Amino acid sequence: MSKDRKTSTGSGILTKIVRNQCFIPLIALLLLVAFNLIADPGFFKITLADNSAGNPVLSGFLVTILDSGSELAILAIGMTLVTAASGGQDISVGAAVAIAGSVLLRVLCGSNSRPETLQAPIIVAFLVSCLVAMLFGAFNGVLVAYFNIQPMIATLILYTAGRSIAAWVNNNELPVISEPSFKYFGEFIPGIPIPTPFFIAVACMIVIGLVLKFTDLRLYTEAVGINQDSARLNGLDPKVVKVLSFVILGVCVAVVGLIKVSRISTINYSVIAKDIEMDAILAVALGGNALSGGKFNMAASIIGAYVIQFLTTTLYKFHVQSDALPAYKAVVVIILVVLSAPKVREWLAGLSKRSMKKEAV
Amino acid sequence: MKKKIISMVLTACLCFSLTACGGGSEEASSTGTAAQEDSADSGDTAEGADDAAQEDSTSGGLIKVGIINNDPNESGYRTANDADLKANFTEENGYDAQFAYSKKNDEQISSAQKFIQDGVDYLLISAADTAGWDSVLQDAQDQGTRVILFDRVIDADESLYEAAIVSDMEKEGETAVNWLKDQGLDEYNIIHLQGQMGTAAQIGRSAALDKAVEDEGWNIVTQQTGDWNADNAQQIVQSVIDSKDSFNVIYAENDDMAKGAVAALDKANISHGVDKDVIIMGFDCNKWALEELFNKNWNYDGQCNPFQSEYIMDVIDKLENGEALTEKKIIMEEKGFDASTITQEDVDQYGIG
Repeated sequence: MSKDRKTSTGSGILTKIVRNQCFIPLIALLLLVAFNLIADPGFFKITLADNSAGNPVLSGFLVTILDSGSELAILAIGMTLVTAASGGQDISVGAAVAIAGSVLLRVLCGSNSRPETLQAPIIVAFLVSCLVAMLFGAFNGVLVAYFNIQPMIATLILYTAGRSIAAWVNNNELPVISEPSFKYFGEFIPGIPIPTPFFIAVACMIVIGLVLKFTDLRLYTEAVGINQDSARLNGLDPKVVKVLSFVILGVCVAVVGLIKVSRISTINYSVIAKDIEMDAILAVALGGNALSGGKFNMAASIIGAYVIQFLTTTLYKFHVQSDALPAYKAVVVIILVVLSAPKVREWLAGLSKRSMKKEAV
Repeated sequence: MKKKIISMVLTACLCFSLTACGGGSEEASSTGTAAQEDSADSGDTAEGADDAAQEDSTSGGLIKVGIINNDPNESGYRTANDADLKANFTEENGYDAQFAYSKKNDEQISSAQKFIQDGVDYLLISAADTAGWDSVLQDAQDQGTRVILFDRVIDADESLYEAAIVSDMEKEGETAVNWLKDQGLDEYNIIHLQGQMGTAAQIGRSAALDKAVEDEGWNIVTQQTGDWNADNAQQIVQSVIDSKDSFNVIYAENDDMAKGAVAALDKANISHGVDKDVIIMGFDCNKWALEELFNKNWNYDGQCNPFQSEYIMDVIDKLENGEALTEKKIIMEEKGFDASTITQEDVDQYGIG
């Protein structure tokens, strides 16, 4: 009898864990960790050594994951909100990153594409690029909220035109920044051995965490995402909430633009942040968030983003052809989609019930 | 009832999406350029062509050329290529040039049809894709429009065009690989960063290295595609460094990827450049890349010549004078720069962007 009760509470905790949205990305993460541990434990080695500027920096696969995954994590924050509020995804993120990065460089360089000194403080340039990215976000948001265009189709406009706009901002020139402090955002701040993008990502997480905790953003977003008519009847304006989510994504885009451009001190309009929107959407899906909107779990999306980077880095390590990477990601997507299909869910629920019954017997 | 509404909304979305796409590509192809012909306008070909034909009949004495190019924002190479064409095919030089841009083959083909109807004397084409051009080139021939291909060859019968002015990507690769051979390293451990798989530049540049690896017994540490992207290249090289594999050559098929690779090396404090631990090789001769060479941070950069108009104009001059061309395929001269010999003049003259 007592034993029975124990198992039932045990399975209760288990179902609680399984029900938790972070479960899927965490399981994926564990699988990857286990795989690497078996294949080559050297994967987890982290070393501290000087970089070419003479600053001590950490290096190793895990550091690379934290470094490169951070951009994706930041975008996942915005994408989660857009997904939750509008029930659709923004596919113009990569192009918008190109625009934000281009604007940033334009302000820093002024009219000269190869300045000796910066023409404006970095913070000013960042704020300008932030503003531009928010405007483009608002443009997408208005198309979605006020004109009722499906998000993926509304953002297709910017997806197609964005990179050309980015090139036009700088008259098709390729500005190069020689100022060393500009590199801090994409690499390391002297004396701090952890890559800066990770700090930036953490800052973004803290900000969004506080906003979700102390404002009604979550409530409004979920209400609009679940049923916008009832949200409207309850005095919420779904349009404003939707536009707001796109504007927040715009801020995320500007931050990522800063990191991306800072990494190489220049820009390549056609390939910067290429296909990153797909990874961001995948991060949201991997976080177990319904792509049709409604309730969302921010932490799960962020973990999802790092899991995707973990997968990418693992595949690089094992010298998988990098043009085959999308195929592996596609496999992940297929598994996710199948798992979240109602039929499969029902079947799984039935399966666990039956097995529990068996246990009870 | 509900279903009806949903289906109506979906239809509306579909219509909207069509117009939305059209708007997008229109913007894409006309941004930042003074394009007189917009490829996205090609939907209303007949009308537009009539108008244009009337307008064009007034321009006497000039050689009329229709130039179909890829999107100038595609890369620094393309930007330099477009700027070069624009600077040379001017009225002062005796040309009445119209430009059309698209990275889509079908849009390019409809622009070509429009140009042929406009009655241009020469049609200059840098095709987005090699297939599907036969019938439009046949039309051109029937109309007496002479076709010159630049930058890329088309899978069509040679009789359909006068000349093709191209880069020999394989030769670019060979020049680079021969340079690498001449370095006489004790051992060659190479990280090979490939461009987007299947592109002419990738195939040619990879083929040369693959052949040398086989003949010389060089060791490839890793061979992966970075999709021309600095970020991907950085991650690939980072992963090799993290694996503690040793290497002494980075063969990147464009400058961006070389730059990404160098960022990873800097992070790990691995020296690179002239007389350093790792040899850095790039392609395309971006100005900033040649500056890296000049500062001895990189070792080699192979040119992919975007300055094609002098070759094209030479061909047109010959044809106008009734001279016969000696060969259909004209291969441009392309250089390879060595960091130990490059001069400031080289940087200024050959650097693009």
